[in-house]
Amino acid sequence: MGLLEIAMDLITELREKFPKVVLEVLEKDVLTIVCRREGSLELISYLKEKGFKHLIDLCGADYQGYKSEKKPERFEVVYHLYNLDEKKLIRVKVPIPENDAWQYSVTSLWKTANWFERECYDMFGIAFRGHPDLRRLLMPEDWEGYPLRKDYPLFLTEENEWKGYKEFLASIRGVK
Amino acid sequence: MSLYVEVIKNRNGKSEPEYFTINMGPHHPSTHGVLRLVLELDGETIVKCDPRIGYLHRGVEKLAEHLNYNQTIVLSDRLDYIASAANNIVFCLAFEKLLGITPPRRARLIRTIVGEMARISSHLLWLATHALDIGAMTVYLYCFRDREWLLSIFEKVCGARLTHSYVRVGGVRLDFTQEIIDELRRFTEEFPKRILDYETLIDVNRIWLKRTRDVAVVDAETAINLGLTGPVLRGSGVPYDVRKFRPYDAYDEVEFEVPVGERGDTYDRYKVRMKELRQSNWIIKQCLDKLKEVEGEPVLAEGAPDLLLPSRVREPEPKPHPKKGFIFTGKELPVVPPGEAFASIESPKGELAVYVISDGGPNPWRLRIRTPSFVHISAIPELAKGHMIADLVAIIGTLDVVLGDCDR
Amino acid sequence: MGIEGTVKVGEDIRQIPGTPVFITPLDKLFNWARAGSLWPLTFGLACCAIEMMATAASHFDLDRFGIIFRASPRQADVIIIAGTVTKKMAPMVRRVYDQMPEPKYVIAMGSCACSGGIFRTYSVVQGADEFLPVDVYIPGCPPRPEALIYGLVQLQEKIKKESGRWGFWR
Repeated sequence: MGLLEIAMDLITELREKFPKVVLEVLEKDVLTIVCRREGSLELISYLKEKGFKHLIDLCGADYQGYKSEKKPERFEVVYHLYNLDEKKLIRVKVPIPENDAWQYSVTSLWKTANWFERECYDMFGIAFRGHPDLRRLLMPEDWEGYPLRKDYPLFLTEENEWKGYKEFLASIRGVK
Repeated sequence: MSLYVEVIKNRNGKSEPEYFTINMGPHHPSTHGVLRLVLELDGETIVKCDPRIGYLHRGVEKLAEHLNYNQTIVLSDRLDYIASAANNIVFCLAFEKLLGITPPRRARLIRTIVGEMARISSHLLWLATHALDIGAMTVYLYCFRDREWLLSIFEKVCGARLTHSYVRVGGVRLDFTQEIIDELRRFTEEFPKRILDYETLIDVNRIWLKRTRDVAVVDAETAINLGLTGPVLRGSGVPYDVRKFRPYDAYDEVEFEVPVGERGDTYDRYKVRMKELRQSNWIIKQCLDKLKEVEGEPVLAEGAPDLLLPSRVREPEPKPHPKKGFIFTGKELPVVPPGEAFASIESPKGELAVYVISDGGPNPWRLRIRTPSFVHISAIPELAKGHMIADLVAIIGTLDVVLGDCDR
Repeated sequence: MGIEGTVKVGEDIRQIPGTPVFITPLDKLFNWARAGSLWPLTFGLACCAIEMMATAASHFDLDRFGIIFRASPRQADVIIIAGTVTKKMAPMVRRVYDQMPEPKYVIAMGSCACSGGIFRTYSVVQGADEFLPVDVYIPGCPPRPEALIYGLVQLQEKIKKESGRWGFWR
């Protein structure tokens, strides 16, 4: 029995309730639902009411230059939800366009999504509407650029060095 | 309103309290790493707490996009550097799902043993630092004495004390020798007496009880909403353990119990972890007995990527080279088929999960690591409201955070 | 009395016989005192901090060398940078180093502190010697406790060779 048969009733329910939102249902290693950005918040809160109370992960992905599959948009926000009573894992993917990079925030449903979304904003530049306090988390506050994007270099040379570090070195060299 | 809060009248005529803002860290004499907390205090009581992280952000996720799959195992050691074996295991589980191979039974038993040794070693260090922060210095020395024994066994197994890249895609690197198995048996005989040593010191100690009872009480609903996992969640009464809910390696073959607390305070989490030490000891004993049944099996699966040249298919005969004598050449092949995989394990700190997207090339396309310490630090503001600064030290200790895990 | 009346007790140390009076250059006295009681500052950043803690615990004791870990920079002689230094953390390291009183020494422990280690990324400083004057480098990832003890002993040898580092010329 594949994953799709086990969760058939769940998928039919979702397709009935959210006809325009659900784009496709895939079976990879985990049941995956790809849904549109408009209505994704309602879909995820419906899943939470159904029992998927544990938000394991919320992350972003950048598909610029991805060769093996034609992806509709550049970015994607991926949610992993787990049902503790029925022991089911589900993955929800929301494609996000490049020049309009924002997504609805799920902080009203889970408090843990606060930091996950801040990190996604810090690394990819995807803003989250409805987030109470969206600022950089891992990088310093005045860092420019979004490090995990594919066009960001791995190692910064002298010219595109962070100006905070350049000022720090200059102040030391002056004292030294 | 307390005596220490000044009430300031702003321009609108409304009065609002002004609290005392203080900065704690990133360098402070606590062994949890570089964590900076901006606290707003009402006297000694915390009103608001804002953790600032990122002082150990090394860019592991970005670096993994430029390295081979076997090279990212080396990176994974440095994340939760106290229990490196657990990190290796979760990476290997995700990559094996992408490749579609399963490790042989002997390798799965060895992985379970190494995972439980890492759990014991991590809980010993947790107890040492937690007790040291609260004030019990003897526990620190006792725990390190036992940890040295475990680290010397690790050294016999794979050559490194702390950052062992022992678990590889498809199995483990080297097999256990008879000497290691004897040493582990001696350890499992002797360890319960040592656990009794620690418990005699602090279990019913009046100071320990006063500092840990009713500190940071979390009920089950709030704990799941905050994303807490591992012993922190089990201390609040939810029996969620990834080893039982989504078994991996050899956990479906061994019996063990999952200890659960009642009240959700710091003392219950301490008891949960002490009981887990005993359960881990029992699991290692059972796995050592089962190892005898699978003598002589290989420890690396058939289709595992070559350990030396992971992105090539090595041609069997070496070719002569003008300068080097002879070299092995190979064709650059995509090792891993395109797709994505999600794997999660019960690391000693909580639920450690890896989500990897592959493009068919030799490097991962996107490697996302969901670490328990990240989520636990985000829960500190919620847990620390209304407590004093001294309790904050106990709270950071009970959540068992490691900053290398949080900042990646 | 002159120097003929004194007795040579050790290298550069002479004793007036029958009395507890020793004659030795000031350099030797200060170097002996400094090397025999190096007090490091606890500055563990990452994985090497765990090996530092293990070295200070009972199996590989550091107290027998006179080394006691102090939490405050004002009371420390040597700072052991154990772990990766990131660009966000570098100003704090420098500030803590500036708060230490002279004479002070720096040990870079581990590959990340020596040269950035395996992390050649956008946020890691490639070696603590970009902004600090390092005296002893201890490579390893992480270095074994024996390696850390060897590094500290090398620092003691370096201190014993110093001259003129007292008083106004600290």
